[in-house]
Amino acid sequence: MHISEGILSAPVLITGAGLTATAVGYSLKKIEYKEVPKVAILSSVFFVASLIHVPLGPASIHLILNGLTGLLLGWSAFPAILVALALQGILFQFGGITTLGINTLNMALPAIICFYLFNQGVRSKNNFIAQILAFLCGFLAVLLSGIMVAVVLVFTGEGFLQAAKLLLIAHFPVMILEGVLTTFCIGFLRKVKPEILSIG
Amino acid sequence: MIKEKFSEGDSLLHNLDPRIKIIVALFFSVSVAVIDKYNSLFFALLLAIFLIIVSKLKVKEIISRLLVVNSFIFLLWLMLPFTLPGEIIYTLGSLSISREGIHYVFLITLKSNTIILATLALLSTSSIYNLIHALSHFHVPDKLIHLFFFTFRYLQTIHSEYIRLNNALKIRGFKAQTNFHTYRTFAYLIGMILVRSYDRSKRVYDAMLCRGFKGKFWILDHFTFKQSDFVSGIIMISCIIGLVLWS
Repeated sequence: MHISEGILSAPVLITGAGLTATAVGYSLKKIEYKEVPKVAILSSVFFVASLIHVPLGPASIHLILNGLTGLLLGWSAFPAILVALALQGILFQFGGITTLGINTLNMALPAIICFYLFNQGVRSKNNFIAQILAFLCGFLAVLLSGIMVAVVLVFTGEGFLQAAKLLLIAHFPVMILEGVLTTFCIGFLRKVKPEILSIG
Repeated sequence: MIKEKFSEGDSLLHNLDPRIKIIVALFFSVSVAVIDKYNSLFFALLLAIFLIIVSKLKVKEIISRLLVVNSFIFLLWLMLPFTLPGEIIYTLGSLSISREGIHYVFLITLKSNTIILATLALLSTSSIYNLIHALSHFHVPDKLIHLFFFTFRYLQTIHSEYIRLNNALKIRGFKAQTNFHTYRTFAYLIGMILVRSYDRSKRVYDAMLCRGFKGKFWILDHFTFKQSDFVSGIIMISCIIGLVLWS
């Protein structure tokens, strides 16, 4: 859900950049040097995940997985997503310099909200509850990102209202898909390597 | 492989100090993003095309990159002319096309393409490592620089791991379709990459400690600021200032 260059108004871009800079600054203070390789390697996993195209009916969509990123990284999700988006910008020209701040915010804030909401829950002893929460985590992260993109568009110009609504509706299947994938992935990690889920 | 296709080459822009290029690219993108006048935007587009010519990048590659980005913008062409309110210039059944809508989408198309061309010419002509090194000169926090270095370094490794696992799937006759089996398989594949990466990150840090890591990366290859860097920087910055004043 990148917003390309040249769409948003200057106040929106500046607010986005400011908030992202603050959040990244705060989270860098919390990261210790010994955690840097871990955050970076997980950040590259999510970069690679965004290159995976999954079929959905006649179309195919690429994964976002910001809910899972939030669960595994906590506050470190902010710099991790910033770095991944910056590299995508340079390597593939998706997004760009002026939209880096707002795009990071739109992806990373939902990730952190999901971290606080579901971090305890997905480690629950009850498998069923953990699965439900994992689904909600994947679903909600994309939903929140979609809402943020929509709000940002409407802030730029009220004329975007219709387009923003369409965008949100079009992303509904993506939310379901992300929820399903997050559920399976959390289930896998719970079985294979539960200690990954206790980072953050 | 994830490749930096454009970073190899021999042109004025390839040899320019990355620090200058980052400043110019930032300044240019921000200016184009806020300008709303057609004539100055066309001038900006000409500047960007000029940069592409100077950078001697392959036109075919550039066009294929532009096509990908413009496919997103094409979606806007399908939506905004119909949904933006304004003076109606054409009615198509129950849909009506507004002048404001067309104007807006055209501006967006122009701005996006201009910024992308300029960033291609300026940033993609440096290697990522050089760009990260340049960022460290701008007082970007150390840890963020380390994150950039590591993420890019391990991107290649993890991407080839993904390719390997994907090949293993294909050999076993896996076909991606719209069903739970496919989604479970992809989720497990990502889970497997996560598990391996988690272990890898521990090994990497241990290896760093063995080599005496104390929170600093030593850079051996330093930039030298040449007179030609200074001159090209001044010329490009004054073009952008002219652009902003003119609009």
